[in-house]
Amino acid sequence: MVEAVNYRAIAKNGLWSNNVGLVQLLGLCPLLAVTGSVVNALGLGLATLLVLVCSNLAVSLVRHNMSDTIRLPASVMVIAAFTTCIELLMKAFTFELYQILGIFIPLIVTNCSILGRADAFASKNPLLPSLVDGVMMGLGFALVLVAVGAVREVLGSGTLFADMHLLFGEAARAWRITLFDNYAGFLVAVLPPGAFVVTGFLIALKTAIDSALEKRQTAAEKPVVVRDRARVTGRVE
Amino acid sequence: MLITSVRRNSIALGIFALVTSGILASTLLATEERIATAERRAAEQALLEIVPRERHDNDMLSDRLPVPESLWPLLGLKAGGDIHIARTDGEWVAIIVPAVAPDGYSGNIKMIVGINRDGSLAGVRVLNHQETPGLGDKVELKKSDWILGYNGKSLNNPSVDQWKVKKDQGVFDQFTGATITPRAVVQQVKRSLQFFEAAKTLPVLKARLQSTATVQEKKPSPERSGTLSSESATTGGNDHG
Repeated sequence: MVEAVNYRAIAKNGLWSNNVGLVQLLGLCPLLAVTGSVVNALGLGLATLLVLVCSNLAVSLVRHNMSDTIRLPASVMVIAAFTTCIELLMKAFTFELYQILGIFIPLIVTNCSILGRADAFASKNPLLPSLVDGVMMGLGFALVLVAVGAVREVLGSGTLFADMHLLFGEAARAWRITLFDNYAGFLVAVLPPGAFVVTGFLIALKTAIDSALEKRQTAAEKPVVVRDRARVTGRVE
Repeated sequence: MLITSVRRNSIALGIFALVTSGILASTLLATEERIATAERRAAEQALLEIVPRERHDNDMLSDRLPVPESLWPLLGLKAGGDIHIARTDGEWVAIIVPAVAPDGYSGNIKMIVGINRDGSLAGVRVLNHQETPGLGDKVELKKSDWILGYNGKSLNNPSVDQWKVKKDQGVFDQFTGATITPRAVVQQVKRSLQFFEAAKTLPVLKARLQSTATVQEKKPSPERSGTLSSESATTGGNDHG
């Protein structure tokens, strides 16, 4: 990236064109494991977002004091510390959700996207862009988690936003929407294979939208006689 | 040259380690109290579901004694556990024991079993299991009220040889598509009642139950504090047993 930081590009990159869950396909383990319901997905999504933002900030802050040799171990240390902090905080404030998410909170450390962003972006960029990058990447991941969680919850148990009080306190108990009464449940959606299938459909949907957009753009560009637009798939930074 | 670079990097990493552990330590200090309260409340919640506040007036969490080691097998325990005692006006009304059904469809099913003074069941709750979602997980109260069917049952009601699922000519319902899970639970509840019969006669338990003054235990030993809390109400998580 050149001097003028393009926040729009960073946002688009994190939320859409280089989305952690749908394009980079990183962090699939939590994506498949905890997205049985919206509340679980949102809980882990927010936790990951927080760790990502904090680690991006910290790494960016000390980027001039890190030689290449210690960049990786130092980043891992920073990420591990923040993950443990988040774990403690969740234990203190959302104990039941902490028990449901279990091992997947400490496993945020191993989410490649976090180390990836710390290494590829934060260690080379100033504080503010790193912050924006962390927020957008984390948000992109959290949105995918919530989308998969919502689809699986609707298909699997016929409800939406059940048990939200685990995250937002007693008032949120009423957010539960029962879509089908006496729903027998659709087992495949609840089990891990359902997560694979739903994620696959989401990726397909994204690709379909992308190609539709591209088609429209090509149509708009039609007056230009010579098409010299180079098609770039997968942006390299 | 090499030495200086090694030294510089080690110092930098060392500083990193210091700063990050500082952050960790301060978070821990700031949240410690809240976590302890949350764990305590979660543990108490499970006990209160079985013996509600109307039925006792003591602190069940601290009124407890370890399960005698000779009786661990009856409860399926490998590392012991605590018996919690519920009392009104110093008289004991029920005990709550931890139990593990070792033969679930996928591993251990951890539960707590509440037994009234007259030998009938005050209630059973499953705390932790890895049974198939949608099939075996109906042992959870959240998914189905099957587990409430044990309330009031005892070794005479139904008779001992009726303590089976219907498929095995017993009286307890199995679930459609899942027999192994309810079978495991039924058998373990039965063994827990047998534990109660055996334990009643043990001098150590007898003495403790008869002592009318609510005994406040000394500070709980660290390895035992939270025997219930660490696993209460967890569902579908990973096993750490």
